[in-house]
Amino acid sequence: MLSDITIGQYFPGNTMLHRLDPRVKIILLIAFLVEVFAFTSWRAYAVLSALTVAMIVVSRVPFGMLMKSLKPLWWIIAFTFVIHIFSTPGEELCHIWLFSLTLEGVLQGLLICLRLVLLILMSSLLTFTTSPLELTDAVECLLSPFRRFGVPAHELAMMMTIALRFVPTLIEETDRIMKAQRSRGANFTTGSIKSRLQNLVPVLVPLFLSAFRRADELALAMEARCYRGGVGRTRMKQLRVTSLDYVVALCFAGLTVGLIVLVRV
Amino acid sequence: MAIVLDKVSYTYMARTPFERQALHDVSLTIKDGSFTAIAGHTGSGKSTLLQHLNGLLSPTSGRVTVDDVDINDLSKSNRDTAIKMRQSVGMVFQYPEQQLFEETVAADIAFGPHNQGLSEQDIEARVREAMELVGLDYDKYSSHSPFELSGGQMRRVAIAGVLALHPRYLVLDEPTAGLDPRGREDLIAMIKRIKKQWKLTIVFVSHNMDDIARLADDMLVFKGGELLRQAAPRAVFADRELLAAAGLRPPQVQQIMWCLQESGMPVRTDVLDVDEAQADICRVLQGKGGR
Amino acid sequence: MAFIEVKNLSHIYNADTEREHRAVDRVSLSIEAGEFVAILGTNGSGKSTLAKHFNGLLLPTSGEVRVAGFDTRDEEELWQARQQVGMVFQNPDNQLIAAVVEDDIAFGPENLGVPPDEIRKRVHEALELVGMTHFRKFAPHLLSGGQKQRIAIAGALAMHTRALVLDEPTAMLDPAGREEVLQVVKRLHEEQGITVIYITHFMEEAAVADRTIVMEAGRIVADDEPRQIFAQAARMRELGLDVPVPALLAERLRRQGVKLPQAIMTQSELVRALSEIYGKVEG
Repeated sequence: MLSDITIGQYFPGNTMLHRLDPRVKIILLIAFLVEVFAFTSWRAYAVLSALTVAMIVVSRVPFGMLMKSLKPLWWIIAFTFVIHIFSTPGEELCHIWLFSLTLEGVLQGLLICLRLVLLILMSSLLTFTTSPLELTDAVECLLSPFRRFGVPAHELAMMMTIALRFVPTLIEETDRIMKAQRSRGANFTTGSIKSRLQNLVPVLVPLFLSAFRRADELALAMEARCYRGGVGRTRMKQLRVTSLDYVVALCFAGLTVGLIVLVRV
Repeated sequence: MAIVLDKVSYTYMARTPFERQALHDVSLTIKDGSFTAIAGHTGSGKSTLLQHLNGLLSPTSGRVTVDDVDINDLSKSNRDTAIKMRQSVGMVFQYPEQQLFEETVAADIAFGPHNQGLSEQDIEARVREAMELVGLDYDKYSSHSPFELSGGQMRRVAIAGVLALHPRYLVLDEPTAGLDPRGREDLIAMIKRIKKQWKLTIVFVSHNMDDIARLADDMLVFKGGELLRQAAPRAVFADRELLAAAGLRPPQVQQIMWCLQESGMPVRTDVLDVDEAQADICRVLQGKGGR
Repeated sequence: MAFIEVKNLSHIYNADTEREHRAVDRVSLSIEAGEFVAILGTNGSGKSTLAKHFNGLLLPTSGEVRVAGFDTRDEEELWQARQQVGMVFQNPDNQLIAAVVEDDIAFGPENLGVPPDEIRKRVHEALELVGMTHFRKFAPHLLSGGQKQRIAIAGALAMHTRALVLDEPTAMLDPAGREEVLQVVKRLHEEQGITVIYITHFMEEAAVADRTIVMEAGRIVADDEPRQIFAQAARMRELGLDVPVPALLAERLRRQGVKLPQAIMTQSELVRALSEIYGKVEG
């Protein structure tokens, strides 16, 4: 069902992860992702996985919800795995038609999948523990140094805000339009890929028209509330770096140094 | 010939933390040829119920039959008749003009017949007939873009798109929502005309008790996913306890008559429209010899 | 000078093209601070176009509009005028910007550059005024239509506007939501002295106003107390409008020879007048 999509789902709470400054969270996430791809040793992965599990426990986000965010990506993970186990040269385990399954392949496949899973879990943790507004504020703040190079930081953040706000509304709307067209005999579930795409026209046209109408009305409503771009705006919720952020950042730095040492020995 | 719901329950997102029962053990019959109104607050289960009538949702438990065919039994022997029966129930959603997508009015109305696999000739005949029925001149409007029409006209096009499927039952979810008073009256007159000319069974959801009182001959009252009562509007509106339980207000004319009765005038309180109220007040005043 | 002054205002869409359309046609009008004005008219009568001039969302093609003395044609004055008048639109889904209620209400004051602590205070006050404090952490799509409209009203109040223009705020709501919105607006008018301009198709709602303006084809065709307006049931129907049921019934009875006074608008007025007549007959 369409409403299963968990994009931008925020799980309110007051854990350490929730209280961290969103900018710090984003920077640490990026650092984490770099480490996930930089390290290749199994020992490093054991530590990074343990860190991920610890963060999940700390966040108190229900495990089921996190798994749901993995769901749409399972087949990508599976596909990646299959590609790797058959395409990596090495000691052959068995032979299927033209392909040979190798030990190196299995290990490589597992490693890549683990990377993907860690990446997705940590990114979802960020969105689960950070309200959409904090997230967009953080993006705006982190991008603002690039403004001098022409990056429209405020506008990008505003677009993100609006997108997050309207995702549930548009999902509901899609559902309704599909039902209306199904009542007129439209068929979305059988036929060739080409005919299925064609069958989506009666859904997409009304959906786009409605989105344009919404955009139009929203722009008017924003103008009525004296919006005129980012200049001169203040924010109700201001991002503030606290001692907690410094502690967490230092811990992470320590862990990274530890990992480097661990890999070297 | 009827739509029958037998002990229908429906649960949204079953077996998840968001599980919510929207219909609870609902049994009812929508009689052939009736003009049935559905009333109830937002969240009473009305929309969920409507979607069961043509198989858009299938019950978590219970059975929905249209003309004695179980429309959710898609086994090999029943499948074709089940789908045919689903299509005999035309569904007009709220703000149906928002589902228009074609370049011309005629093409949009033809969408349904086209999906039914009719010949081009038959499709054109259906489009003509449907447009005439909703009061849109074929020669004038068929090649117009539906998006250049007024809101009320767009809604007619959308309804024509459903009528072109030749349904035997027509289900409308708040057909007059968002229209201005003139548009509302025109649309109600149109629905009455459709009913009369095609002898359709009509099911409609409305929040306007005055509209229900003057149109419907049968009424379903819902609350919290349960059917509280099925009866003629006159009987429903006489049952003040029921109305209070469902959070509905009787038609305004009835409220006036109740107040008059409380102030000592022996008027009837079961009137359904202004005409009846006017006649009865005159009767009471005349009976007393004054005018 | 009145709070809103409209002088000889015309607004033409798509000027100098085939689709040129004069939506507002030489309208003059003044609205005093503290008034509750209802605007009636069929779709396309120009009422929305007129209303959008009250806070400079549309600018006059000719004529002028002044809000609290500020001329909307001047860019800096327009900015001042806009802060005086909040707007609430028909579709509750298309006017909330943020994914959390309190963040949405903060949007207006943030645009005005109000300091954070003051914004917090205003958001809190605005939520209290519309009775939505409990929902401050909710996502808008989880609220009912009536609740969304109350949030939209709070969003305007947080800007400390002195007037609210509501453009068919109840057209897409169920009766409970409609009642909810009308009660909040009424209370804000009575207790906070907010000037209200209320566009609607529902005559019961217009009956609450101090003054009713009826528009047709871009012009004002009636401007009076609601009871005077609704006394003319036949004329209202010509204009494509309804009359409240009590006024309609009173008019029908009058035509039958029942001696009811002209200006009956509400249920209690009708009941009182009828039972008086009945009492006399009996006595």
